[in-house]
Amino acid sequence: MPVMHGLAFDVAHLFAGGMLLVSFVLLYQRRMFAVLNSFALHAIVLALAVAWQAFVQDAPHLYITAAIALLFKGIIIPLALHRIVVKLEIHREVETVIGVGSTMLGGIGLVALSILVVLPITASSAAFAREDLALALSIVLLGLLMMITRRNAITQVVGFMSIENGLILAATGVKGMPLVVEISVAFSILIAFVVFGVFFFRIRERFDTLDIHYLGTFRGGQG
Amino acid sequence: MNGLEADAPGAILLIPLAAALVFALLPGYRLTARLNVLASLLTLAAAASLFWARPTPGPYLLVDDFNIYLIVLNTFVGFTTSAFSASYIDHEVEIGRLTPAYLRFYHAMFQGMMFAMNLALLSNNIGLMWVGVEAATLSTVLMVGIYRTPEALEAAWKYFILGSVGIALAMFGTILIYFAAQSVMGEGLQAMAWTSLVDRASEFDAPLLNLAFVFLLIGYGTKVGLAPLHAWLPDAHAEGPTPISAVLSGLLLNVALYAVLRFKMLLAANAGALAPGPLMITMGLSSLLFAAIMLYRRRDIKRLFAYSSIEHMGIITFAFGMGGPLANFAALLHMTMHSLSKSAIFYSVGHIAQIKGTQRLDEMGGLSVTHPVLALGFTIGVLAIAGMPPFGIFMSEFLVVSSTFSRQPWLALPLVIGLLIALGALVLRLQGIVFGEPKGGIAPAKASYLPLFGHLALVAAAGIYLPGPLVAWFQHVAKLLG
Repeated sequence: MPVMHGLAFDVAHLFAGGMLLVSFVLLYQRRMFAVLNSFALHAIVLALAVAWQAFVQDAPHLYITAAIALLFKGIIIPLALHRIVVKLEIHREVETVIGVGSTMLGGIGLVALSILVVLPITASSAAFAREDLALALSIVLLGLLMMITRRNAITQVVGFMSIENGLILAATGVKGMPLVVEISVAFSILIAFVVFGVFFFRIRERFDTLDIHYLGTFRGGQG
Repeated sequence: MNGLEADAPGAILLIPLAAALVFALLPGYRLTARLNVLASLLTLAAAASLFWARPTPGPYLLVDDFNIYLIVLNTFVGFTTSAFSASYIDHEVEIGRLTPAYLRFYHAMFQGMMFAMNLALLSNNIGLMWVGVEAATLSTVLMVGIYRTPEALEAAWKYFILGSVGIALAMFGTILIYFAAQSVMGEGLQAMAWTSLVDRASEFDAPLLNLAFVFLLIGYGTKVGLAPLHAWLPDAHAEGPTPISAVLSGLLLNVALYAVLRFKMLLAANAGALAPGPLMITMGLSSLLFAAIMLYRRRDIKRLFAYSSIEHMGIITFAFGMGGPLANFAALLHMTMHSLSKSAIFYSVGHIAQIKGTQRLDEMGGLSVTHPVLALGFTIGVLAIAGMPPFGIFMSEFLVVSSTFSRQPWLALPLVIGLLIALGALVLRLQGIVFGEPKGGIAPAKASYLPLFGHLALVAAAGIYLPGPLVAWFQHVAKLLG
């Protein structure tokens, strides 16, 4: 990125930072629909970030990744989850394990941690790639935090998909990484297939709820 | 390269993949079960042909001294498990736990899982290997949940969540490795290929490599079942069909450990990088001690042996962490022996649980009276896994302990204590199941004993006499691992 270095750098940062912000938004949502809408926004910002990388790195195949992120994760999955939530009548409040305040503080701590870990180690690398990695690691860790603090199956899946978004951001930010982008997109499709096709309907069949807290009560006899 | 040579790795991947697609379409589970055995046998034949004609590494696939034996082991246990599975599922259909429609899915997933594991082992590309491990995780998640009981669903969900998190962390580690390689080797496929990564690893940025390894160890370590990331393993073993427990313990854990070892080789090639040994020793020892103590509190027979798998993966990780020719040799041997004996145990456990109609330990007993042959196979298997002579595991554990004594005597102490605690628990449980008053069902077993005793014969033979070429070859690989 010779001529446009400054601009390329700033716009990429804007998108990556935007994703991080939406990750925080995901952390404190209490309503199921709000979680899904925030996730759609997360995926859309990812699509923009990847498209910008495709433009800056002159790597047209990344546009495919961006398009898939936009269509699949930004539109289809949130809509499908939306339908499931309506159909199963679970659009109530999401149970959280820890309060919003402490979750946010924990999230800030994780971001600080990933910056402190990644930046000193990659001091010799290209500035953009290293800061991009630090932001991506923060998004991954926030996704983990979301999976830990939510007891609901759908929000856990959303947390996992936000981790995937962070990984795709990292993979596209590192210049010229072969194969993996396409493959990881194919896998998010597979994961979605697994989740929709199997888990939701089976869990529905057995428990009449998607709150995995109830699953914990069936642990009898495992010893 | 002529046609046949070039096609062997392709065949190892394409046969299971094609079989998975065909099985998904074929109605009638009896035919499919036989075809499943046939497909696994063909894959094994393709894998064995690698010994005679080894293809040169390509950009995507690689066969070298290290992975060739894991590929053969993988396809061999896959083949024997498919034979066991054919006799196992008949009973499951009879008692109505599985319907023919689910079996179609089961067989397709079985081959899909074999494909994914072979892909992870054969890949010459860190990204492709990650894909293999992830695909294997997803297909086993579906298999674990196949009985649709609340417990099975909980186990599958837990496995899915923990496995995916592990896989996500491993992906981040993989990206970091590429990031380190790309600044030295430039962009493109060669910066992700094992063959070129190992050659240039000494020039990589050491701190970056360290960070990547921590992610990879935690990520793939979750799949190995190392404490404290093992929570999914006992549930997944206990609630899924027993052939899947056999494949999980015998193969999938090895595949994940293989991934860790490949990355360890990169670190070993870089002088500035941290020594992975202490990390692996700590994780290995804590898994061993934790699992050994937990063995006493098990009430479910499959959970019992699942914890035993954690224990043995702990020993293997410990030995690889110690490093050096002798400890690596012992670890490689232990990996092989553990695969063979643990899958043999699960074959016998599968039949025992079917006969008794339960997996609860306190509801089974007196097996030696009601089913002498099965009891014999089970007893030999448990004695072998507990590390009794003359079986192969005794030899490998002895080598691990003696090499630890000669280099780090203090580390040998917790190691030996862990081994003894586990031995006590297994013998205790063995007595309860095999001897005493007959309890539970007494229907005759409609079992095929060939896979069970075939494995046990190999384990016993390896304990008494290891063929010279095999020893030389293990030694060579142990040196490669550093």
